Amino acid sequence: MGDSFRSQNSLVAVRGLSFSRGENKIFSDVSMDFERGKITAIMGPSGTGKTTLLKLIGGQLQPAQGTVTVDGSNVHRLRRSQLFNLRKRIGMLFQSGALLMDMNVFDNVAFPLREHTQLPESMIRSLVLMKLQAVGLRGARNLMPNELSGGMARRVALARAIALDPMMIMYDEPFTGQDPISKGVLVHLIKSLNITLGLTTIIVSHDVHETSAIADYIYVVSDGKVMGEGTPSEIQHSSSEWVQQFMDGTADGPVHFHYPARELQDDLMSSGKRY
Amino acid sequence: MMEFFQTLGRNTRSSFTKLGRATFFLLHTLTGIIGLLPRPRLLINQLYSVGVLSFLIISISGLFVGMVLGLQGYYILSDFGAEETLGVMVAASLVRELGPVVAALLFAGRAGSALTAEIGLMKATEQLSGMEMMAVDPIKRIISPRFLAGLISMPLLAGLFSAIGILGGQLVGSGLLGVDDGAYWSQMHAKIDFYDDIVNGCIKSLVFGFVATWIALFEGYDAIPTSEGVSRATTRTVVNSAFSILGLDFILTALMFGDD
Amino acid sequence: MQHSSTQDTLVGLFVAAGIAGLFFLALHVSNLGSFVEQEGYTITARFENSGGLKIKSPVSAAGVKIGQVSDISFDLKTYESIVKMRINAQYNSIPDDTTASIFTAGLLGEQYVSLEPGGSNEYLKENSTIEITQSAIILEKAIGQFLFKSAEEKK
Repeated sequence: MGDSFRSQNSLVAVRGLSFSRGENKIFSDVSMDFERGKITAIMGPSGTGKTTLLKLIGGQLQPAQGTVTVDGSNVHRLRRSQLFNLRKRIGMLFQSGALLMDMNVFDNVAFPLREHTQLPESMIRSLVLMKLQAVGLRGARNLMPNELSGGMARRVALARAIALDPMMIMYDEPFTGQDPISKGVLVHLIKSLNITLGLTTIIVSHDVHETSAIADYIYVVSDGKVMGEGTPSEIQHSSSEWVQQFMDGTADGPVHFHYPARELQDDLMSSGKRY
Repeated sequence: MMEFFQTLGRNTRSSFTKLGRATFFLLHTLTGIIGLLPRPRLLINQLYSVGVLSFLIISISGLFVGMVLGLQGYYILSDFGAEETLGVMVAASLVRELGPVVAALLFAGRAGSALTAEIGLMKATEQLSGMEMMAVDPIKRIISPRFLAGLISMPLLAGLFSAIGILGGQLVGSGLLGVDDGAYWSQMHAKIDFYDDIVNGCIKSLVFGFVATWIALFEGYDAIPTSEGVSRATTRTVVNSAFSILGLDFILTALMFGDD
Repeated sequence: MQHSSTQDTLVGLFVAAGIAGLFFLALHVSNLGSFVEQEGYTITARFENSGGLKIKSPVSAAGVKIGQVSDISFDLKTYESIVKMRINAQYNSIPDDTTASIFTAGLLGEQYVSLEPGGSNEYLKENSTIEITQSAIILEKAIGQFLFKSAEEKK
């Protein structure tokens, strides 16, 4: 079937992954594939552990069960130094940007280069300026992170994430809290970096519109399970009611508007008790 | 009643867990110090924010503490006709106790809380996580230089505190109250022992610097990554540092000056 | 990192000031300074009772400090206290019939050895012994005697 083809060509393969935080089961038996050179999106409501999934892929968290394979190596079996070597080839864009606050834009982008390479300062300068040019912020190189708008901070973080020319890049909620123009800029950047650098891209997002516009393949996740998967158009026309509700953003459906409670009438009648 | 013991047990267990985490954190930090050798720039930057920025508050406090000691000491000693020993009193109390202890308390309040807030904020804004994903070990890159800077700064600050305090005591004692200047110094000279007093004072301040910096960095690193979590961690840093410094001071004093 | 040179200067100043403070404590406040050029000679005196004398208690002549006590031990044969004193080299012409007494500086002050030079032409040198000594006055004894006396007078 198509499935075996996909797993052969996938850079990241998640198999039977389970993870819980305390009593909370975040994932149970999740399997996913992320194809080389493609944009794969993970979508789902807030609080379903999409960010956790990225941290599991990056080896920052240990799963209870299952494996995550990145470029042929099992992330959670790697020794620390091997894991660090793998991470040098993975860029990650955090929701907040995660820029280092005590350095200006230039030094932030130069940070991974200075930490991991012995390049002369003149070459670092050219590399940094090229990366900043790619995100359109070459002119902002002397600004401090607290002088940047949220969208600009994310673009700087993006320049930093591609500083070491990684093989793949993970975006954690890149569109959240951005104005329409910034969203447009980010959508354009993610797409163009994917094409020009051949980056395997993983996007975690709940912004249906922006994500469907650029993704090649989408996983819809909720309650620790994959609720649906497919190309954007397949997902749009999914037979699953749940996926339909999520994509259309309707208020009531399989996901109820009301938090589980007893009947309103009973609650109102039982006065005297506080709960 | 049962509930009480359950809570007690849970709290005891969680504080041991925390101590265990803190110990691993410390070991990790210490291994990172070796990596600083080829990169002195990281240490210098931290010496600035840990040491230089505490310099002013330490010197001014030292001056006032010394002046107060000079004044109080004079009133007490003059009752016994022993004003000449003012220098000994001021110097001994500063070098043995007040220098290391007060400087460490001020250090915990000034530099320690700033370190906790800084590290906690870095955690809350995912900077530490981000570094990890860039294959940079945040403990080695961020924590180790700060730890070493605290360790180096503390004895220097305590020494400054004592030295300025002794000068302040002299300013009040011989400048204002008319104690003989020569007696102030010569009595001090005769009575303050280099090994017993100065070296022991330095050891104390090293220990305090070690503990205060460790607490500050660990609380920041272990903080719940929200604004509330960071502000709580900052408070804990100051409270825990103060307890540890004063408790350790008692133990160290008993060990050092016990068998006189 | 544009401000790094100013920052370096300040860090340099801070470290220098800290070390200067420690040096000040070591050399100017403590007795380390007096250890450093301690050329001199050691003399011995036997006291019936050396009272509260301690190692490093000052040794003075005519009120001037000329050395310090370097060792105190108890002689099991004579039941005396043997006090060794290190006298600074520059005071090299103290007569050998000098008297050593243990005095207290002020009522509550520390005890010290006072040397009262005699008239001999021979001088004290390394390992000399002072023959004439006067023991420490034990305050409790003196007060006891005083009270005892005044009680007798009242009778």
